[in-house]
Amino acid sequence: MAIESLAALENACKEQDIFEAIRDSDCVERGVTPEESFENMHEIYAAIRRAAGRYTPTLRSASGMVGGDGARMRTYVDTGKTICGGYIGQVIALALEMGESNACMKCIVAAPTAGSCGVMPAVLLPYQQREGLDDDAMVRALYVAGAIGQVVADKASIAGAAGGCQYEIGTASAMAAGALCYLGGGDVPAVCHAAAMAIKSLLGLVCDPIAGLVEVPCVKRNAAGAMVAMCSADMALAGIRSAVPPDEVILAMRDVGDKMDVSLRETGRGGVAGTPFGLKIAEKMGVDN
Amino acid sequence: MNLFDILGPEMVGPSSSHTAGAVRIGLTARRLLGEGTPRSAEITLYGSFAATGQGHGTDRALIAGLLGYKPVDERISDSFTWAKGHAMVFQFNRSKLSAEHPNTARLDLVGKSGKTLSVTACSLGGGRIMVTELNGLRAKFSGDLPTLIVQNADQPGRVGIVANLLAKENVNIATLQMYRDHPGGNAVMIIETDKPVSKEAIDCLSRTEGIIRVTSIGGER
Repeated sequence: MAIESLAALENACKEQDIFEAIRDSDCVERGVTPEESFENMHEIYAAIRRAAGRYTPTLRSASGMVGGDGARMRTYVDTGKTICGGYIGQVIALALEMGESNACMKCIVAAPTAGSCGVMPAVLLPYQQREGLDDDAMVRALYVAGAIGQVVADKASIAGAAGGCQYEIGTASAMAAGALCYLGGGDVPAVCHAAAMAIKSLLGLVCDPIAGLVEVPCVKRNAAGAMVAMCSADMALAGIRSAVPPDEVILAMRDVGDKMDVSLRETGRGGVAGTPFGLKIAEKMGVDN
Repeated sequence: MNLFDILGPEMVGPSSSHTAGAVRIGLTARRLLGEGTPRSAEITLYGSFAATGQGHGTDRALIAGLLGYKPVDERISDSFTWAKGHAMVFQFNRSKLSAEHPNTARLDLVGKSGKTLSVTACSLGGGRIMVTELNGLRAKFSGDLPTLIVQNADQPGRVGIVANLLAKENVNIATLQMYRDHPGGNAVMIIETDKPVSKEAIDCLSRTEGIIRVTSIGGER
């Protein structure tokens, strides 16, 4: 059965490795063998890798607002003079590239949504390369990410329209934080707290897409989500804990989502969507609000 | 939601509801028509599909589905050009009327043989879809399972005939819906089954008294 709460995940892992506990719950839920489950997750990772290789710097989105920033970031990283350093520069570049690919109708992997598809690859792929990990290790980390996403989907939501971008980029960031913390050797409490700290950092993030498109500010938020994930994973690995228990953080996320004004929930009316610039683009795209 | 609803699907962006879901609507309409790429398609978009469809490539996604392209196919963004290559003509209308669901499209198709089909479907999010109307009759199916759609005269015995046929084929019924426009008028049965029904059985059913039209699609999952 699906993992119901982060506390339930911690309990399940008293007897088993976290990855095995989640994989076994997948086997029960979908009626598959452990081998089939692992094979399915391998396909997802392969799809993520393929998606990362598809970036085309010359592509522009339907509105023309988005495209080329991933390439800009790569060029800047190559100068060797970034503030954050080359590794983080690569993470930001990959997040932008994935977001732009999505906006330009390339094939990506929703994780958990298409709009937030950049966070997981950005956090995981450069890390795999730097640490020299094999694909099996990364696939195990995907299980951790998936379980975190399941809990949020069950207790809150993963749709921006339901309660803001905190549900999409926020969830993606929590998933990536947990996966990265797991890869860094974090135990189950550390993984859950990494996820919680990522969510807390992005609580209240609104869904205000210009002209209702998955372009602005969505693409750049993937970079922000990746950064928050890495920050949260490192804090958790340092032994830092969320003061609020992880499951209660998800409750808070739900509370904020429920209270969020409808103009900030993917209706294209509030936030940056409602700015003069945003409204001009909406008019140009013939969006009728 | 299972793990693979969270991680995945692999899809052409930008939106699982407005792009991937739209492709699946086009694909389901193509499968219901059953003659490959249609000769012509008139597509009416409602709600959010009409409002933001262009930017999300919803129109291109629907045409791509009618061409038989899956949600991962990167030809989706150029589907209008591909459609011309297949001599498929199409037209889009944007309706001001609201539909039951904000992401709804109605596809009026003409097949190569001249056969017509009208299907209305909505995109529920996460790439999931639901057909809500077929040839003017109410419906409710996703196309995930093999589905048999039987249009019949509303008279006693029709359901029994279909059920017996499925029993003889050893096909298990997953869900069964029935609707009619008025007593003694036109009725429709929508039967989702665990495995597809054979072509021979469908042909036999189509020739049975009181059965007006049989449409079937194999399952996707």
